[in-house]
Amino acid sequence: MNLRQQRKLVNRIALSLALLAMSFGLFWLFWILYTTIDLGFASLSVKLFTQMTPAPGSEGGLLNAIVGSLLLVSLGTLLGTPIGIMAGIYLAEYGQHTWLGHVTSFINDIMLSAPSIIIGLFVYAIYVAQVGHFSGYSGVVAIAMLVIPVVVSATANMLKLVPDSLREAVFALGSPKWVVISKVTVRASLAGILTGILLAVARVSGETAPLLFTALSNQFWTLDMNQPIANLPVTIFKFAMSPYKDWQEIAWGGVFLITVGVLSLNILARILFRQKHRS
Amino acid sequence: MAVSAERKGNLGDWVFFNLTRVFALLVLLILGGIVGSLIYGAWPAIERFGIGFVWSGEWNPPMERFGALIPIYGTLVTSLVALVIAVPVSFGIAIFLTELAPAWMRRPLGVAIELLAGIPSIVYGMWGLLVFAPVFSKYIQPLLADTLGRLPIVGELFSGAALGIGILSAGIVLAIMTIPFIASVMRDVFEVTPAMLKESAYGVGATTWEVVWNVVLPYTKVGVIGGVMLGLGRALGETMAVTFLIGNMNVFGGFSLFLPGNSIASALANEFAEAESPIYTASLIELGLILFFITFVVLSLSKLLLLQLSRQEGSKT
Repeated sequence: MNLRQQRKLVNRIALSLALLAMSFGLFWLFWILYTTIDLGFASLSVKLFTQMTPAPGSEGGLLNAIVGSLLLVSLGTLLGTPIGIMAGIYLAEYGQHTWLGHVTSFINDIMLSAPSIIIGLFVYAIYVAQVGHFSGYSGVVAIAMLVIPVVVSATANMLKLVPDSLREAVFALGSPKWVVISKVTVRASLAGILTGILLAVARVSGETAPLLFTALSNQFWTLDMNQPIANLPVTIFKFAMSPYKDWQEIAWGGVFLITVGVLSLNILARILFRQKHRS
Repeated sequence: MAVSAERKGNLGDWVFFNLTRVFALLVLLILGGIVGSLIYGAWPAIERFGIGFVWSGEWNPPMERFGALIPIYGTLVTSLVALVIAVPVSFGIAIFLTELAPAWMRRPLGVAIELLAGIPSIVYGMWGLLVFAPVFSKYIQPLLADTLGRLPIVGELFSGAALGIGILSAGIVLAIMTIPFIASVMRDVFEVTPAMLKESAYGVGATTWEVVWNVVLPYTKVGVIGGVMLGLGRALGETMAVTFLIGNMNVFGGFSLFLPGNSIASALANEFAEAESPIYTASLIELGLILFFITFVVLSLSKLLLLQLSRQEGSKT
């Protein structure tokens, strides 16, 4: 075999392996989605949405967990988003060349990937241990802390994409900087920031670890955020780890809801972002 | 009139600037708060066990003797297994997406891989325990034991009962979860390679593989390592999927990857809410502190490497 043939052969092998790697990745995606749809769809029923989480052996659904999750995620997002947007504005508009800007954006990127269970421990230490009991509010704080870094980096990155000529045009009209930011640059990057918020919601909806020591779980219906409150991820964890078949079935129903919810949010965020940036 | 409008602008500027600065400081304070509160919470354990905590292999709640060696070992080994699988696969995916796939396929395939990162870890965990582990113990583990298990030295890693759960299966599921992170960083850094460099190589007759290996990879190696570090940081702290699969065993039984073990994150997830004595809680918080320290170092390295690549890119254009 001459050198040319050998090089072509090596090339062919390497590219086949790349194709194989791609199929390997897709294989898992399809297997997991197939399982979720297959087993999850089978356990979908009206009961799932109308009844409380049951004791083993009796009938029930996930109503309290669904409502609890909606409450935790929406309150956590409401708390975390404004903080994230404000900090993001500072990073992009004021802090680009200050020590605070550099350090904060570095730290923020690390918080983005830091283990979420550590956030749970932190909220446990500063909140739960102080008041002496698990509660929905502490879960909200934990979720907000996961929302913040995602929103900060989305806001900062999107604002940095706004061309300076746009800023200068508004400055030339005599507007003060805060008007330039709030009326022009933030508006120009609204689609990107919204995408970031949607991705943050998608991420926290499935988070289990930070809720284990904060919101905990609750077998019963409650809207009292000062009590432990039921939520989908922790309920799925408890039910999936149990040996009871009927609990596991309900857990598959929960997995189906979470996966469909999270993936649709992800896809929605992409579509929104793409449409805005094409026009 | 004009003066007062100007003043109003100045006041508005001052308020807005300081408001945003306070929130930026708040983000910074949260991190400081995490470190501070973990040290404070772990203090009873730090005081009682000293530095020996890190290499003591005993985890005995009733006797109130605690050491971090087994969870640290489990955390590192599962992440290592994950990287061994995820790095070559992600490299292949990145090559496929940047050099091989026709243009119309790149976007949907890229999104599909990114969706793997969107699936919540609790879903990976439940799927891993109830669907993957039975298949793994029935077909894959016996196969591994019959092939790799027969080799000297390496065989040790693939010996023992095929339980389905254990360090190896936790590592494999972790690999699936880290692939999208590493692959998308690799794809992004491959895309910043100047087209002129690649075309020059193609122009002198290089094959696609030669271009990737001799031009793209050397140009982007800092970023590639940054991406691998990011994946490692993610894998080290991953909680739910590992908790479902690792077996949660606090006794060291040997080096076989088939054995159940424990990781820091899954020890926390399983034991923290039930820990009764203050020293038990403090020891678990110290585990959390160790995990935070390790991931902080790994993620900082990743960030610094990726920054270096973007700076290098900036200086060349």
